[in-house]
Amino acid sequence: MADMKVYFDNNATTPLHPEVKKEMIAAMEMFGNPSSMHAYGREARANVEHARRKVADFIGATEKEIVFVGSGSEANNTVLSLFVCGSSQCIPGSKMRSSIITTKIEHPCVLETSECLGHRGVRVKYLDVDRYGKVDLDQLAGMLGDDVGLVSIMMANNEIGTLQDIETIAKMVHESGALMHTDAVQAVGKIPVDVRLLGVDFLTISAHKIYGPKGIGALFVKRGVPYCPLIRGGHQELGRRAGTENTLGILGLGKAVEMRAQEMPEEEDRLLELKHILRNGIEESIDDIHFNGHPTDALASTLNVSFAGVEGEAILLYLDIEGIAVSTGSACASGSLDPSHVLLATGVDAELAHGSIRFSMGRESSRQEVDYLLNVLPKIIKRIRNMSTAYIKGGLHAASR
Amino acid sequence: MLQAGEWAYSETLKDHFMNPKNILQGENTDDFDGVGMEGNLQCGDQMMVVIKVDKEKEVITDCQWKTYGCASAIASTSILSEMVKGRTLDQAFHISPKEVAQALGGLPDHKIHCSVLGDKALRAAINNYYTRNGQEDKVKQEQAKVICQCMSITDHDIEDAVLEGARTYFELQERTKLGTVCGQCKDEAEVLLEKFKHIHFGV
Repeated sequence: MADMKVYFDNNATTPLHPEVKKEMIAAMEMFGNPSSMHAYGREARANVEHARRKVADFIGATEKEIVFVGSGSEANNTVLSLFVCGSSQCIPGSKMRSSIITTKIEHPCVLETSECLGHRGVRVKYLDVDRYGKVDLDQLAGMLGDDVGLVSIMMANNEIGTLQDIETIAKMVHESGALMHTDAVQAVGKIPVDVRLLGVDFLTISAHKIYGPKGIGALFVKRGVPYCPLIRGGHQELGRRAGTENTLGILGLGKAVEMRAQEMPEEEDRLLELKHILRNGIEESIDDIHFNGHPTDALASTLNVSFAGVEGEAILLYLDIEGIAVSTGSACASGSLDPSHVLLATGVDAELAHGSIRFSMGRESSRQEVDYLLNVLPKIIKRIRNMSTAYIKGGLHAASR
Repeated sequence: MLQAGEWAYSETLKDHFMNPKNILQGENTDDFDGVGMEGNLQCGDQMMVVIKVDKEKEVITDCQWKTYGCASAIASTSILSEMVKGRTLDQAFHISPKEVAQALGGLPDHKIHCSVLGDKALRAAINNYYTRNGQEDKVKQEQAKVICQCMSITDHDIEDAVLEGARTYFELQERTKLGTVCGQCKDEAEVLLEKFKHIHFGV
């Protein structure tokens, strides 16, 4: 058995914050339907609205601008689907502005929805990114025009952590008359996010990335911005998302952002320091590596590294045996034959994408865990390279030996 | 509540991944009688198989390997290297991916293609032995037959598509673009699809 358990996959999901757990356990007694007029219902309603206030405050929005949804994916699907309507009934001018712009490094819930919209008559334009994962603002300027209704660009990338300048982008988008959405699932709760400063029309939040429960997210919809629900048939969420409220999840999300507001400010420096130690430690002990993502303009918690000549799933599973949990951009781990679309978009070659590992730390990550990882990782890479064809005579990396 | 689930892999596969057998140590292949390599790093899998042969009996006496790839790629080359020892060149030549997968206690569907390269590399090593020993006549080429003339898709491409998960004619078309122009190859392709599904998955 492994000596230690290290969870370095916080961008995939996070453990519940102990305070969130407490809040949710207490909330399990509260079964009322927030739509009911009796005492049971009123209790649930009061708590749901209290949570809504916390979420709104956390991102500088008003309560009515927060729509609770089932996940970040649902929020993203909802926003993109606004532009598939054949009529201009809900979204004035949507027929005229039937193109959308997004990037090549979005989460699959944006990319696959965009592709589907493409089949349904929407024109989708994809922005390139540079080698650090930053979108090309000149290219965006060229793409914007009278035909564009919506621009959707993620704030922080889940795989490489690179941050986009959403404030500048939103200004450009609004000048062209389009609406601006940002998938901020990896940003909210990790860096300060204020919807007024950013100037966005839509913003996506997910609870389970910030120590809240799974199955609950929130969509910020700026007041006065046209909207059409994805899930219809109920008056909940002011008619913007049908279905009886997930009270347990909503209370969990409310508590999660409350705790983030308290803990986030001091956390960034600590995580940056840990990332610095991790990065330097890997650099000093392992050769033939490549760091992915922006060196400074990125999430403090996320470090993505490619190891030449080794395949990521093998690294992931050898680390798992040692008690360390990480992610990889290799094709084998995804069940497809292609490695990470994000890394390929940054120009990383396919081999290095197959050999990429994402370390994503969180509020519980410690120096001790980083040291343990740095002790284990070089041996694993050495072991895999010893059995790799990349380093044999005439092999791809033979010269580097 | 349930505890952490088992790996997506069998215990046998896990054991071969954690304790791979017969890894070629160092870079020197000069002591071996046949060397074969298949795949490339860009696609995520590459395997090299080297063999020693008892020339009198044409029996494989040693088999070592290097693999760039995932856990099932590593484990399948490891178990293959155990399987071939003591077999004649002819017997070894006919080891199928299905046999390798079975010896590993089964593979998840989307991992079958990882076990295909090992036996390909082995066949390349055997052919290499024949070539080195002046027995070119014994070199067996895997003749590919073009099924779809329009898109130049061979029976090998169809086999690869099945190994990568294609189960219906539509999925085969999605992966290979076969039959998407004139469509005349549909019947022959469907027969091969069923054949490879049967060979590799027993369905």
